[in-house]
Amino acid sequence: MISSTRLFAISRKELLQLRRDPRSLALAFALPVLLLILFGYAISWDVRNIPTAVLDQDRSAASRELVDALRASGYFSLVDFLARSGDVEPLLERGGAQLVLVIPPGFAQDLGAGRTAALQAIVDGSDANTATIALGYTDAVVRTWSSRVALRGRSLTPPVTAESRVWFNEELASRNMIVPGLVAVIMMIIAAMLTSLTIAREWERGTMEQLAATPVSRLEVVLGKLLPYLGIGLVDVVASSVLGVLLFGVPFRGNAGLLMILSFLFLTGALGLGMFISAVAKSQVLATQLAMLATFLPTLLLSGFMFSIESMPPVLRAISYLIPARYFLVVTRGIFLKGVGIEVLGTQALLMIAFATAGLALAVVKFRKELE
Amino acid sequence: MSETAVEVEELTKVFGDFKAVDGVSFAVAEREVFGFLGPNGAGKTTTIKMLTGLLAPTSGRGSVAGLDIRRQSREIKRHIGYMSQLFSLYADLTVEENIAFFSGLYGVPRERRAQRRDWVLEMAGLGRQRRRATGELSLGWKQRLALGCAVLHEPPILFLDEPTSGVDPISRRGFWDLIYALAAGGTTVFVTTHYMEEAEYCHRLALMNRGKLIALDTPAHLRETLREPLLEIRVSDATRAVEALEGAPGVAQVGLFGRALHAALREGEDVEAARSRIPSLLAEKGIAVEDIEPIQPSLEDVFVALVEKTGGAVVD
Repeated sequence: MISSTRLFAISRKELLQLRRDPRSLALAFALPVLLLILFGYAISWDVRNIPTAVLDQDRSAASRELVDALRASGYFSLVDFLARSGDVEPLLERGGAQLVLVIPPGFAQDLGAGRTAALQAIVDGSDANTATIALGYTDAVVRTWSSRVALRGRSLTPPVTAESRVWFNEELASRNMIVPGLVAVIMMIIAAMLTSLTIAREWERGTMEQLAATPVSRLEVVLGKLLPYLGIGLVDVVASSVLGVLLFGVPFRGNAGLLMILSFLFLTGALGLGMFISAVAKSQVLATQLAMLATFLPTLLLSGFMFSIESMPPVLRAISYLIPARYFLVVTRGIFLKGVGIEVLGTQALLMIAFATAGLALAVVKFRKELE
Repeated sequence: MSETAVEVEELTKVFGDFKAVDGVSFAVAEREVFGFLGPNGAGKTTTIKMLTGLLAPTSGRGSVAGLDIRRQSREIKRHIGYMSQLFSLYADLTVEENIAFFSGLYGVPRERRAQRRDWVLEMAGLGRQRRRATGELSLGWKQRLALGCAVLHEPPILFLDEPTSGVDPISRRGFWDLIYALAAGGTTVFVTTHYMEEAEYCHRLALMNRGKLIALDTPAHLRETLREPLLEIRVSDATRAVEALEGAPGVAQVGLFGRALHAALREGEDVEAARSRIPSLLAEKGIAVEDIEPIQPSLEDVFVALVEKTGGAVVD
């Protein structure tokens, strides 16, 4: 029933229009790259260079050695040396430091006498996440340093040692997790936005009436409009993947072809969703806003990109199943970092086939109703 | 032996509680230039949309090119050309790109495309504008291109919904030459218009008001239906004169026609008596009559009279 002549006539027209519309071109090609770079640099869950102040009331060789150990760890950046304990509170209040390490008088003396020496770490708890991590790092550095002091000149074999290995993201760099995730989030938003304009534009400019008076079918219009954007979407996926590897040093361990096939499924669904929104809204401004609303926050918050789905409350976890990027996120992270294949991503692939079918069906059904 | 190109019976379209088209029946013969007249809101566009498969009728039946408008709307679209009231080609595509696009949609065979394109360019006089963006063309040219795009597939029936609204008289004249050329080539043309001089070009006219078909005949016959004698009156203050004459004895209807008044007398009224009575009546109100002459009714007079008789135009 589908005529390829009519299908390609629609696709060709859509491409010609796109080529002459700088805003759509920017949306199609510049925005994904820009977003990737922006978010890629801005979002980081690594805690490094914690602004740290030291109140050294001991002023001994030992206390200086401890401070050096702290600095050498790379997690702390020493911003101030305080003279009096009265300086601590104002400094934390104005955010001059996040952590203050207080070395009390008699620290070296206690160490020399074999007594347990006390230290105080005061942390700004207003960012609970960073505070916990900062305390953890402090604890680790101090522990390592104290065992070195205790063993000075001797050697001791600890009865048990745990040899931890981190797989897939050896440096535990959050960037490695963020960049592949971003590819999924960005493509969801861009794809829906791209097609949200196409049907609304025809209604707004009155061209829909002429289109409807020709023998072209709804499916031909929807598919014809989808094809060029599918091509653009795939180019965007390639571009952001290359950028992720070259600019952000994210490993790419899986099969690029598999990524393309799964991207194709995901994009079809997202583009269909955009077209559905376009058919509902009938105005370009409203359609863009709806597309943004329907994709941006839900994808960012509920896809598992920012927050782990397992730790969400049951209601949100249930909703997250409706967020298509949830499945594509598993795909991009899996292919980039773990190098897994279809044997692992099969479920995701099936769910994305369902999403693609639903997206297309919604677009065709809604479009059909409005033309009659 | 002329076959029927379009036929409708009791065609009705209801939007909510508004009857846009109310039990309309007519038939259009092949090769006919069929004019569809009526004030705004009369239901002309709604009728055309039902015939072209853009709207489903609420009740009644109809056929276009022998195909049922309810069940075969998709098939109908292959056999008709349609040009909508508002310009609806793609302004950001060039003339040639628009032609190529509609050639594709209408399934013009590949080997015929260049020929059809050149034919449209020549017919519309757009040969030198072929690479210009369609949005940059003047309205007259846009309309000719829209007509060209609607007949790329050489449809036997062409529907034109107010194709010349807003176009200057010279371009309008040229546009009608194209319509006549198409009709001479065997195309049935179904056209709605506001312009009376265009209505004169049609073989037959259907007049609609308030969703109903109120007259259907040739322009010559329609003119004869107006039996009431008609006077053209030139006065110093036409607006006040209309008020003064409304409901005056022997006067059936008054209307403004440009700077003059047209007064239709009641049937059987003596024209000469009215010619002397009306000026004195107006003089009482301080309106001077410059000239008062009996005239032949124009199509516009017929049109106005018929619309008045059927409840006047819908004012919205």
